[in-house]
Amino acid sequence: MSARVFVGWFDDEHALLRATTAAREDGLAIVDVFTPFAVHGIDEAMGLRRSRLPIICFCAGATGLAFGIFLQVYASAVSWPLNVGGKPFNSMPAFLPVIFELTVLCAALITVAALLIRTRLFPRIRAPKNLLARVTDDRFALVLSPASDTWNEKKAVAICDREGALSTTYEEVES
Amino acid sequence: MAEHLSSLRQPLVTEERSLHQITNEICAPMERRPTPLWWAGLALAVSALVLGIYCVTYQIKTGVGVWGLNKTVGWAFDITNFVFWVGIGHAGTLISAILFLFRQKWRTSINRAAEAMTLFAVMCAALFPIIHMGRPWLGFWMLPYPNSRGTLWVNFRSPLLWDVFAISTYFIVSAVFWYIGLIPDLATVRDRSKGLGKKIFSLMSFGWTGSSRTWSRYESVYGLLAGLATPLVVSVHTIVSMDFATSVIPGWHATIFPPYFVAGAVFSGFAMVLTLMIVARKVLNIQHLITIRHLENMTKVILVTGGIVGLAYSTELFVAWYSGNLYERFAFRNRAFGPYSWAYWTMVACNVGFPQLFWFKKIRTTPALIFILSIIINIGMWFERFVIIVTSLHRDFLPSSWAMYKPTFIEVGTFIGTFGLFFTLFLLFAKFLPAVSIGEVKSVNSFARHRGHGGSSHSTGHAEGEEPSHEEEEGEGQPGYATARVKAGAEGEVAV
Repeated sequence: MSARVFVGWFDDEHALLRATTAAREDGLAIVDVFTPFAVHGIDEAMGLRRSRLPIICFCAGATGLAFGIFLQVYASAVSWPLNVGGKPFNSMPAFLPVIFELTVLCAALITVAALLIRTRLFPRIRAPKNLLARVTDDRFALVLSPASDTWNEKKAVAICDREGALSTTYEEVES
Repeated sequence: MAEHLSSLRQPLVTEERSLHQITNEICAPMERRPTPLWWAGLALAVSALVLGIYCVTYQIKTGVGVWGLNKTVGWAFDITNFVFWVGIGHAGTLISAILFLFRQKWRTSINRAAEAMTLFAVMCAALFPIIHMGRPWLGFWMLPYPNSRGTLWVNFRSPLLWDVFAISTYFIVSAVFWYIGLIPDLATVRDRSKGLGKKIFSLMSFGWTGSSRTWSRYESVYGLLAGLATPLVVSVHTIVSMDFATSVIPGWHATIFPPYFVAGAVFSGFAMVLTLMIVARKVLNIQHLITIRHLENMTKVILVTGGIVGLAYSTELFVAWYSGNLYERFAFRNRAFGPYSWAYWTMVACNVGFPQLFWFKKIRTTPALIFILSIIINIGMWFERFVIIVTSLHRDFLPSSWAMYKPTFIEVGTFIGTFGLFFTLFLLFAKFLPAVSIGEVKSVNSFARHRGHGGSSHSTGHAEGEEPSHEEEEGEGQPGYATARVKAGAEGEVAV
């Protein structure tokens, strides 16, 4: 399914930020903003919620921690207790390095996996269909939805012109 | 626009560039035919690699007797090289993670290559313990997995096992961190390339579109990974130092080893980053991205960590005397004045003496001199590990078992081989992947630079009213159109 969207094209992140803020304050529905690099402050301008991935990261780290404790205590004190230099079977201080490494490993890998799943990033042969021209190079695209109830083309064009857009166009994108 | 320009802030990209020019410049080495210099470098690196492969094959076929080890010196060249390479890796993570958390924006143009260096150095490092096992095909016995031998588990109380976990975690997390950082740039390359290249880069860039919804989550995860990598990098060399510190050998049994090793690792790592960057910025023609200021900042890190290393050397000597322990005292006297004193004084000269030259601004800002000093430091740091390992072992508690150690051809060849591996991988990386982070450099392009025209709310200068099209626009934003730039020379904010 393809949808027709309104695109304001910019070549400067500051102009883009102002236009995005203005569009949101005027009640225009922002589909997305495409930028060649992470623009600082775009989250606030678009009104995005904070990502919940840090929660996943914490839980993943806790899982790694628990696994690290379980693995070592089980292996050294339950499954095959072995007397090494008269040390106690459950020698927790000596287990800390491996517990720490497993915590970090789990937290990192699961967080990245969650990011890839959540943002639907996965290897594919073809370039994505909703890719706009030059947004990975030097263009910033403010994409608004003309299908929404609050749509007002005049207002959208006025905002883009006022903030220094290069042009405004309508594009067909796969949704 | 509410952009406050401090006169102390200097632009990070020292020449005025448009975003498109940055893309072009960083992608250029990937898109043109390799230069003769690159081929020459690759030929040299591959020859060293072939020598290494020969030596490794020979020693695995013949057995560990081909090394110069003896009953007294049971650890020498392999472990020295292992610690040397792991240490080098640390600078990459420091630049990519710790400087990121401290919001040191100058890191943007060097972090990609430094992280790649980390990965390749850790690969070289990991080879040595695997070869050192003598039966590398049983290397997987180091992992705790249910097996048919009982289940016989690994000994979790051994620092050598901690190493297995630390090094493999470090490698995996660094690789993931590096690749996540690469994805947006691979998308940039994808959108420039055609044919097979486009397919390959599409596959590698995971369908990145530059969506801000994705960017927002991406940035969040990038910060988390940096937060995880920071304690990780400290833990890795801490654990490596525990290979020695948890033993009872005079000269190894020291509580200062973890911070001493971590500082030494950062010290040697930054020296290696400088060695590589000074060549790369010239060959890739990106002197305005990796500027003198970057080099100078790194030399300042070297000065600080070199100071810590010097302090550690003197602390060791002081404690050896102050402890009143005969064996400890002997170990250090033997180090400084025994048969390996030449190695000890080489180490002191290279690591404590020569870096002091970085107090002079003239030397900090002359790439050729930095290059020479960075090599000297790397030699010094290799000798540090050699001194710690060999001099502590070769004269043990019984004079009847005292012995000397000399590396054999096979051991030296293996070490040269890892340099071959390292430089082969680095040259391939610089040719086939964006060696500088395109997206991050773009994000600092307007840093400390007036982009607007007076009081107008329009802050874009050069390309107003232009249609977004694919036509080339090489002419725009020529370097040299005057900018309010503070002369490099005023001291900017200090790194780290």
